[in-house]
Amino acid sequence: MSENGIMSRAKVLTIDTMNPTVKKVEYAVRGPIVQRAVELERELSEGMKKPFAEVIKANIGDAHAMGQQPITFFRQVLALCSYPELLSDSTFPEDAKSRACRILQSCGGNSMGSYSASQGIDSVRQDVARYIERRDGGVACDPDNIYLTTGASDGIVTMLKLLVCGEGTTRTGVMIPIPQYPLYSAALAELGAVQINYFLNEEKCWSLDITELQRAVNEARQYCNPRALCIINPGNPTGQVQSRQCIEDVIRFAAKERLFLMADEVYQDNVYAEGCQFHSFKKVLFEMGPEYAETVELASFHSTSKCYMGECGFRGGYMEIINMDDEVKDQLTKLLSVRLCPPVPGQALMDLVVNPPQPGEPSYGSFIKERTATLSALAEKAKLTEQVLNTVQGISCNPVQGAMYSFPRITIPEKAVKEATEKGQQPDMFYCMKMLEETGICLVPGSGFGQKDGTYHFRMTILPPTDKLKILLNKVKEFHQRFTQQYS
Amino acid sequence: MWNVKQLEYGALARRANQIKDELRQGVRKPYKEVIDVFQGDLHRAGMKPLTFVRQVLTACVYPPLINSSNLPLDVRQRAQEELGRCVGESGYYNQTSQIKLYCQFCNVQDIHSTEMRFAHCNILNVLVNREASPRTGVLIPVPCHNKTVLSITQLGAVAVPYYLSEEQGWALQVEELQRALESAKGVCNPVALYVINPGNPAGYVQSQKSVLEVIRFAWEKRLFLLVDELYQDCVYGENCEFVSYKRAVSEMGPPFSGTVELASFHSVSKGFSGECGLRAGYVELVNLDPAVMKYINTLFSKDACSPVLGQIALDLMTDPPKPGDPSYLLYKQVGPENCTLVYVKKVHEVVNSLPGFSCPPIEGGLFAFPRLHLTPKAIQKAKELGLQPDTFYCTRLLEEGGVFTGPGWEYGQKEGTYHIRYNTSRALFKELLRRLSSFHMTFMKDFS
Repeated sequence: MSENGIMSRAKVLTIDTMNPTVKKVEYAVRGPIVQRAVELERELSEGMKKPFAEVIKANIGDAHAMGQQPITFFRQVLALCSYPELLSDSTFPEDAKSRACRILQSCGGNSMGSYSASQGIDSVRQDVARYIERRDGGVACDPDNIYLTTGASDGIVTMLKLLVCGEGTTRTGVMIPIPQYPLYSAALAELGAVQINYFLNEEKCWSLDITELQRAVNEARQYCNPRALCIINPGNPTGQVQSRQCIEDVIRFAAKERLFLMADEVYQDNVYAEGCQFHSFKKVLFEMGPEYAETVELASFHSTSKCYMGECGFRGGYMEIINMDDEVKDQLTKLLSVRLCPPVPGQALMDLVVNPPQPGEPSYGSFIKERTATLSALAEKAKLTEQVLNTVQGISCNPVQGAMYSFPRITIPEKAVKEATEKGQQPDMFYCMKMLEETGICLVPGSGFGQKDGTYHFRMTILPPTDKLKILLNKVKEFHQRFTQQYS
Repeated sequence: MWNVKQLEYGALARRANQIKDELRQGVRKPYKEVIDVFQGDLHRAGMKPLTFVRQVLTACVYPPLINSSNLPLDVRQRAQEELGRCVGESGYYNQTSQIKLYCQFCNVQDIHSTEMRFAHCNILNVLVNREASPRTGVLIPVPCHNKTVLSITQLGAVAVPYYLSEEQGWALQVEELQRALESAKGVCNPVALYVINPGNPAGYVQSQKSVLEVIRFAWEKRLFLLVDELYQDCVYGENCEFVSYKRAVSEMGPPFSGTVELASFHSVSKGFSGECGLRAGYVELVNLDPAVMKYINTLFSKDACSPVLGQIALDLMTDPPKPGDPSYLLYKQVGPENCTLVYVKKVHEVVNSLPGFSCPPIEGGLFAFPRLHLTPKAIQKAKELGLQPDTFYCTRLLEEGGVFTGPGWEYGQKEGTYHIRYNTSRALFKELLRRLSSFHMTFMKDFS
């Protein structure tokens, strides 16, 4: 191949010269199946005939995209912050106006368009600290330990950057649950850290067994230096809500094995099952007394993307850091300063989440109504999903105790497994691709999250509106029956 | 040179915050408030957000406003359009990281909208091979934005400095690029050349000739071009014109147009909008290997997306009101006025007239980076205090003059030279010049 008789020259940046660790990065939630879904959408819009009228993206935990309504109060305050001229508009309630004024006062030039401090707006961090104290029954929270972040992902990746070092057998190992939210595996791959898998127990509703943690860490010590333990509670994709006892056991384990604890708690308001309750790691840690409270190093993460807010696009989040060495904190500050600051609208939103309307304030009634409606709809849909999927032979779904997903186990006939393998595809990817082509429903195969060898799953969000969800679940049921028949 | 005193980073910022607190508590000082011209933060420095942009954003955030007759028709229509692109209204993760852009030569497939620093990080991440020996090198201008250096070294790469020529108005000389490349022999493997145009902190605007020279050099030496064009809307110098690298590459024709690998960056943080807090920008990738693009797309996909309000602001920036639109007149009046030549010239004149200061003409960008000719006495005093001489100057300027500026060493400078950086925002320049002149004369007298 040549151009004007000149030999075509090799590129500077090629597969061979690029950073090898980047090649290992995968993110199933927006991976190949989603790309195909987007193509199908385009084809549909161009008038191509398909066995379905629309593509349903039940792959990503994006509540608003699936029709969940934003909280009116939050949007009113953010509108006032975006265009303060509206402060003289009488259609906006007084409590929204006063929140907006307070936020704008803490912004440079009274504008959300100003950079904030790297750690986040001071007054917001203080509000977050007070929220955590209230949530945790009075356990003290120092605003200096609060870092506002761009969604929780930013905080998680930053912490991992701090933790990863060493080479060969001293390379940092990070324990992550299987199944996991693939941001963790992607970040570890990018950083060249060692991923240490600990398996959640599907037979016991995805519970966390300390014996399994122990097995994982013992094995890992032979080839790396385990330094961190990540927990997602409530779980993603599995939805399990850890008991208080379990959390205590994990803390004890982390203390014994000298592991930095990373507690991903972004779904803390999404708890549905009876008998289940969210217990924050921070609270449990402190209630275990000084032996643990003063020594165990912990980072816990929260975000504005989930719960009842669902404001993923605003990229709001925070992390609380407990018992971190002061010198390391300085390095953390430096690391965060490279990205200047988190998006200010996201910080403003986080301020509202931790400081919502109070009884007596004009917006209180409607706020509570909206929040309750959203959370109870999710609870209903969690139950519905579990029920319907469990009526399908070959699909078995654990109770969706919390979060926003179901992660049912599916039986895939041998013939299908064979065809998938011949195609070079994971069997559950093969299954999900077929489902997408035949029904327009986009799910994420379990192989994108990790699962025990020989088992197959898919992750589906419970977010579509109830009547749409019913239709969705029935289509999944029908597809599964057809698929099983086809490959029997 | 950039390894210096990590702990000094942020010390001035902390002190500035302390002083602001002290003033709030009523402590007496020779000034009523601190003038913060340290960062390129236009809103903080007093620039007003663009009405059109904020009106559209507010209607996107709170859609009932789309029916409000208090907002101009074009605002309401734009908000509707933008929301139409966000499937679940603006709380939604954007499906793709691609946005509609209105500019010539644009191929939408190769554009990722993103938070600026994430963009830099992702592209650098692909270029820098942590496991390689020798380590990956990236050529960086001196002076340069300090965050850029950090983002490179934090990945385990080596920052290879090339010095801009202060005597020639901070010109980028190919001979110097060559020297830098040679200096890297045996130290690292340079794979990329980082260019900032218009400059930061130095306020130069590259001529067309210079841009073409750099492209040729990068092509010959097989260097990936990383071009930071954040200040492309801030060009004031007479006979100066912003030339985008993308356009230059394209107009050079083959073999360059089809082979020079380029990543150019832009943002809503500067220019007319000044919306730094929204954290949005884009990177355009030209002539990249499609196999590599696949991995780049994965990297961007795991970053969720750039903040949606920022993306909307970005879209408005690239597709502003047109003649005939209700919002056009106001937009035209206020927008370009934010980056006007007149006061920047004044800033340059006044500072140059002060003994001990010298500054090439400020052709573009948002900052002035004048050279400080400190006396041996002042330098000695700084050494005694364990401070870099320009940090010493900036510290005194903060304490006594209430002006928060950045010391030159944080950006890199030739050994034995000193500078300060401050933003040349229109809102504050009069007060800035008054305080700076007054402080400077006293300082020079004290250390004569």
